[in-house]
Amino acid sequence: MVRFEAVSKIYPAYRDKPSVQALRDVDFAIPRGSITGVIGRSGAGKSSLVRLINGLEKPSAGRVVVDNSEISVLAGRELRLAQRSIGMIFQHFNLLSSRTAAANIALPLEIAGWSKADIAVRVAELLDLVGISDKYDRYPSELSGGQKQRIGIARALATRPNVLLSDEATSALDPQTTRAILDLLANINRELGVTIVLITHEMSVVRQLARDVVVIDDGHIVERGNVADIFTHPKHPVTQAFLSEVVGDSVPVSLASRLEAEAIPGGKAVIRVQVQGVDAGNTIVARLARELSVDVALLSARIDEIGGQQVGSLTLAIPGGEAAAARAVSYLSQHKFPVERLGYVA
Amino acid sequence: MSRELINLIIQATGESLFMVSVAALVATAFGLPIGVFLATSRKGELFAAPAVNGVLGMVVNATRSTPFIILVVAIIPFTRLIAGTSIGSGAAIVPLTIAATPFIARLVEGAIREVDGGLIETASSFGASPLQIVFKVLIPEALPGLVLALTLAVVSLLGYSAMVGAVGGGGLGDLGIRYGYQRFMPEMMLAVVVVLIALVQTVQTVGDYLARRVNRRLRHR
Repeated sequence: MVRFEAVSKIYPAYRDKPSVQALRDVDFAIPRGSITGVIGRSGAGKSSLVRLINGLEKPSAGRVVVDNSEISVLAGRELRLAQRSIGMIFQHFNLLSSRTAAANIALPLEIAGWSKADIAVRVAELLDLVGISDKYDRYPSELSGGQKQRIGIARALATRPNVLLSDEATSALDPQTTRAILDLLANINRELGVTIVLITHEMSVVRQLARDVVVIDDGHIVERGNVADIFTHPKHPVTQAFLSEVVGDSVPVSLASRLEAEAIPGGKAVIRVQVQGVDAGNTIVARLARELSVDVALLSARIDEIGGQQVGSLTLAIPGGEAAAARAVSYLSQHKFPVERLGYVA
Repeated sequence: MSRELINLIIQATGESLFMVSVAALVATAFGLPIGVFLATSRKGELFAAPAVNGVLGMVVNATRSTPFIILVVAIIPFTRLIAGTSIGSGAAIVPLTIAATPFIARLVEGAIREVDGGLIETASSFGASPLQIVFKVLIPEALPGLVLALTLAVVSLLGYSAMVGAVGGGGLGDLGIRYGYQRFMPEMMLAVVVVLIALVQTVQTVGDYLARRVNRRLRHR
């Protein structure tokens, strides 16, 4: 378990850089065995947060507790022992170019003072776990990004940590490889019960892997909770912005160029409907068309699954003049679908 | 060229190699740790000691900016203390070592600073001690650069070793000055220069080869 108690982190001014407050009075707990996504824009304080968990940084105020030991007060040998139960993977993999895949995985074990024989057994297990047993004698320069991150994951898990920290671990990978690595992390969480904390600026990563999410902005936690709850009812503008990355709130270019602000005789009103919830998106268009007795046209739609729930937006064209459009908006509002008027098309 | 002269060249080459190799070994023994310390002791670094770093850096700079021939003369009392004499190849090792140590330290510092800082953070994140980081991360990762640095140091030492000939240090430089210049034997001067060129070429070629061998960064099968 990881717990932050009133944690602040200030980087003092250095040379020509002013002092920076990376975290302000942060309070939250990450339950054992969970997968928690920490999402925020660049510079929001995500990296500081993850480096406080494994003691690479010290808080300016407050306590950071990992597995009942207060890591924020440990130093020297005690800190190094505690760090062995916290693994970390990195955006740029951070493998040693002078070591083979197997030797890279062995490094934390050598540091922890394991015997050669024990290391060999453990490394073989780990290579198998991450699915790159055949690459054991390859150097990082001979491997792809996905293979390198698999080595990074094996290395992070080598000393059987309880917590795995991921610092933008898929940000340097293509979408397909990202998916494979996230699947691997999900397996590791399920089979080994390792608590995973994912730092990311990519909504898709949180969506695919995390069950809980912490949204962080300007050093504050602005929202946190179950992924489905947070993203079906986003309150903070930052959360909404991340959500729109997935469901899209932009109007297709071809449509935008045809949109008029004033009603066009014989034209259609364009509205956008946000759909949320398990069964919501399925029938709303049909029900709306039946209610209005007009042919509702679907101009664009984007629906995705977040935390097991459908979330998305539909852009609809309603014929039948202003009266029909007004009825459509009130019908949708009545049924708790957020709706907005975009304009008119011919 | 007479057999006698050829023997002189062989003997002088031996002296030069002796001076250079002993000086290179001793200077590396001192220069490597000093270089590692210089590379890791600024503010916020592994062995942070900015004041010591600053003083050490100044000493290194001072030694490096003293012309070698002046250094040789200036430390004659110290050389006598260590070697018992200030003349001959054995004695020449003292100023050679003192000149090469700061040179090697700066080259080592450069090579160590080339190592990606992310690797230090990574090793710290799984609980490596500063010394473990030096021996398991920094030195292995900097090895190609370190090999090239030592190669450069040996080549420079060959040049310096020819200079100690001017003050009775023996070796190829001594031979070149006494026979080639003072007795005006151009063929002797030429022979000395050719042997020095061959030595430098050999050292550089071997160094480049070793550096390539230990460099896994760009290797593909």
